Amino acid sequence: MTLTKAELADLLFEKVGLNKREAKDMVESFFEEIRGALETGDSVKLSGFGNFQLRDKPQRPGRNPKTGEEIPITARRVVTFHASQKLKVAVESVKHGNLKP
Amino acid sequence: MTKSDLIAGLAARFPQLVAKDADFAVKVILDAMTAALADGQRIEIRGFGSFALNYRPSRVGRNPKSGEKVSVPEKHVPHFKAGKELRERVDVSPVRG
Repeated sequence: MTLTKAELADLLFEKVGLNKREAKDMVESFFEEIRGALETGDSVKLSGFGNFQLRDKPQRPGRNPKTGEEIPITARRVVTFHASQKLKVAVESVKHGNLKP
Repeated sequence: MTKSDLIAGLAARFPQLVAKDADFAVKVILDAMTAALADGQRIEIRGFGSFALNYRPSRVGRNPKSGEKVSVPEKHVPHFKAGKELRERVDVSPVRG
C-alpha cells in the first residue's frame, strides 16, 4: 500500500467536506506551494512533520560507470528533508520486515 | 515558509472556501502522511517526491557524558527523495542573497 495524491484527495473529501474537484486541486496546490517556495530558494518548515531545506553542492569529479570515463558532476542545488522529532518517534518502532511495498 | 504561510497561500488560492478549511486540509494531509509512514507504508507524490523508511540496525552506542556503553535498539527513519519536477525546479544556478 502506498499513499498517493488520490488517497489524500479522498481524505479531504471525507474529512474536510471539499467537493471532489476542490479536494484534488487542494492536494495539488499543497505540494505546489511547497515546490514554489523551494524554487525561490526558501526553505519550508512544517512543524510536527519536518523541514525541507536547500543545499548548494559544489562540482565534484564523477565517472561514467559503464565506460569509466571521468565526467565532472556539475554544481547543483538539491532539496533535503529533515523529519521532525514527532515524525521520527512515530516511525521508529515500525517492525523490521513489516515495511509495506 | 512555515505551516501558517502555507495555509495562507492555500486560502488565497481557494477564495470560495473559508480560511479554516485550508487550515484543516493541511492538518489532514500531514496527519495522513505521518500515519502512512508510521504504518510502514510509502508515500509517492508524482512531481514532488517520495517518502519511505530506512532501516537502522541496533548498535552499541556510548553515553557521551559518562562514556558508558548503551545498546541503541533497531529503528526506522524517514527518508525523502525529491521527484524529477522538484529536482529540476530547485536546481537553478544558485542565486544567493
